[in-house]
Amino acid sequence: MRQLYNFAFFDEGSKREIRRAILKGIAIPGYQVPFASREMPIGRGWGTGGLQITLAIIGRDEVLKVIDQGHDGSVNAVNIKKLICATTGVALTEDTAAASLIQSRHRIPEEPLSEQQVLVLQVPTPEPLRDIEAREQVTQRLHAEADYTGAWLGLFEQVVRYGSATTGADHPVLVNGRYVMAPSPIPRLDNHKLDHVANLTLLGAGREKKIYAVPPYTSVKSLDFEDYPFVTETFEGRECRVCGAKGVYFDELVDEASGKTYHQCNDTNYCHKRQLERRQFEEQQSERRQLGTQQPAAQQLGDSDTGAEPLEAQHPEMPLERQQPAAQQPAAQQHEKRQPRLIAPEVTA
Amino acid sequence: MRRATSTSATLEAPLLKVRELTCSFGPGCSYCADRDAILERNMCPRCGTIHALRQVSLDVYPGEIIGIVGESGSGKSTLMRCICFDQQPSSGSVTTGLVENGTVDLLACSPQQKRAIRNTIFGMVYQNPWLGLRMDFSALSNIAEQMIASGNRKVEEMRTRGLSLLEQVNIPLRRASDPPREFSGGMQQRVQIAKALSNNPPILLLDEVTTGLDLSVQAKVLDLILRLRRDLDVSMVVVSHDLAVIRMLAQRTSVMLDGKVIEQGLTDQILEDPQERYTQQLVHSLL
Repeated sequence: MRQLYNFAFFDEGSKREIRRAILKGIAIPGYQVPFASREMPIGRGWGTGGLQITLAIIGRDEVLKVIDQGHDGSVNAVNIKKLICATTGVALTEDTAAASLIQSRHRIPEEPLSEQQVLVLQVPTPEPLRDIEAREQVTQRLHAEADYTGAWLGLFEQVVRYGSATTGADHPVLVNGRYVMAPSPIPRLDNHKLDHVANLTLLGAGREKKIYAVPPYTSVKSLDFEDYPFVTETFEGRECRVCGAKGVYFDELVDEASGKTYHQCNDTNYCHKRQLERRQFEEQQSERRQLGTQQPAAQQLGDSDTGAEPLEAQHPEMPLERQQPAAQQPAAQQHEKRQPRLIAPEVTA
Repeated sequence: MRRATSTSATLEAPLLKVRELTCSFGPGCSYCADRDAILERNMCPRCGTIHALRQVSLDVYPGEIIGIVGESGSGKSTLMRCICFDQQPSSGSVTTGLVENGTVDLLACSPQQKRAIRNTIFGMVYQNPWLGLRMDFSALSNIAEQMIASGNRKVEEMRTRGLSLLEQVNIPLRRASDPPREFSGGMQQRVQIAKALSNNPPILLLDEVTTGLDLSVQAKVLDLILRLRRDLDVSMVVVSHDLAVIRMLAQRTSVMLDGKVIEQGLTDQILEDPQERYTQQLVHSLL
């Protein structure tokens, strides 16, 4: 086997340096650790921070998922997958539950993550006080002194001018009661997916040369005022046109034929899973209808539970798809194949 | 040098005590280490160190307005900046009866304590409104900043307080959510005063508040200052190079020259019967 690059692109010294920054970040939740952001084969501002973290912590038996704004197949995600795969040969998946390492841009998957999973977020602006204070030297001092007046002032200004906090994404959070942190531009709906969750979250800003982290089961509180509490985006009365999901983050799309807007889950994998679930349920239902009333009613009920159960309870039966990054297939089609396969790393030439 | 004697009751303890405040920029040498060394204005002739403040002492009694006059570069603003922690002085102490009964040197406090003191005890109004205000944030937010800093997390309470302060300083309420960038100089100065008052500080530090304002606006600002003293019994240190302002506001005055206080006493006495040569010049050239 001829390898053009060291495993995971970086030399071991670089990986060690990034890991040290990560460890420090985990030890001080929410604190931005400076690190020597390296030149990458993709441009700064295109996920180099997250990519460097991923490459520094990835192992040979890792199962990787990369998403860009909730989508497994968008350009940024595909390119990052290609690079990581070409230099590590790790297994890829689109299944959130099957992944051991998830790199994401601007979304946290809808499906709750487990203790075994690591979420890596790409961050454009790691400094929550940057709008208030342009000088890095000063913001560092404000963090050191825990002077977060500026972060609240920004929210106050929004309330005064517009009647409510208007942060569309990247609503500042207080981590572990100490550091105010930019959660990367995730929608407000995703903020609670950082609070006391099982998984480790690592955030990397390549251009700004900062790494920070939220360890498992750490308190992450969105900043708000007593009389103007933090509110998430509401999608009341809306549901995913494809899978019928409610209360998740939606994309708003326009039906070109009718000119009407409709909504669809932003998290594609979540949506696909629900579609699959629904199809399974319908198949079961129709099978049963064909069988008639031979089965006792109670068992029928018990069997049909699968359709209503939460996803995570189901995932052991879910097919763990493995695919080459170059050959992206629509996930819905893959699910139809439904042939459970083991995931094994493949050595790339 | 004269000493003030009669105005403040001698039994009363000063609210703010500044002792031997010294602030120099440069390496310093054995020559200028001597407190009475003769300097070229405020610069050491041997090592070039600038002595912006030399052993400045000051007492401010409750409800009193102290005036500080002097030419440009005499250290007036540096003195103010040192008192409100913007500038770390080389030596000296600042104490106030409001913190630990005056036993603690404020300058030796931790940054957090300093911030708390600054937010609750001092209200600072800068000569240049750009230093004291966030020009892109609304006037209301500027006033709220101090309240947020001291731990207030109730928007409506801060909004109500902010609006009432803006009313006090005669700024139309419809301008409340406009940024001070769009205000006239006089309005900016009044927003600064409103901001400084937001936490009801017992001590106000006013650095050349009326400089650069036209006469009618100047009169309004001075009126406001006097009203604050009358209604809220706030103690103030007023820095100005305008003797008319000092005459109108201050009971006692210190005259500064080249980083030193050269004359101190009742304002009338200093203006009517100046002792030091520089003060005589100052009084004659301006009156």
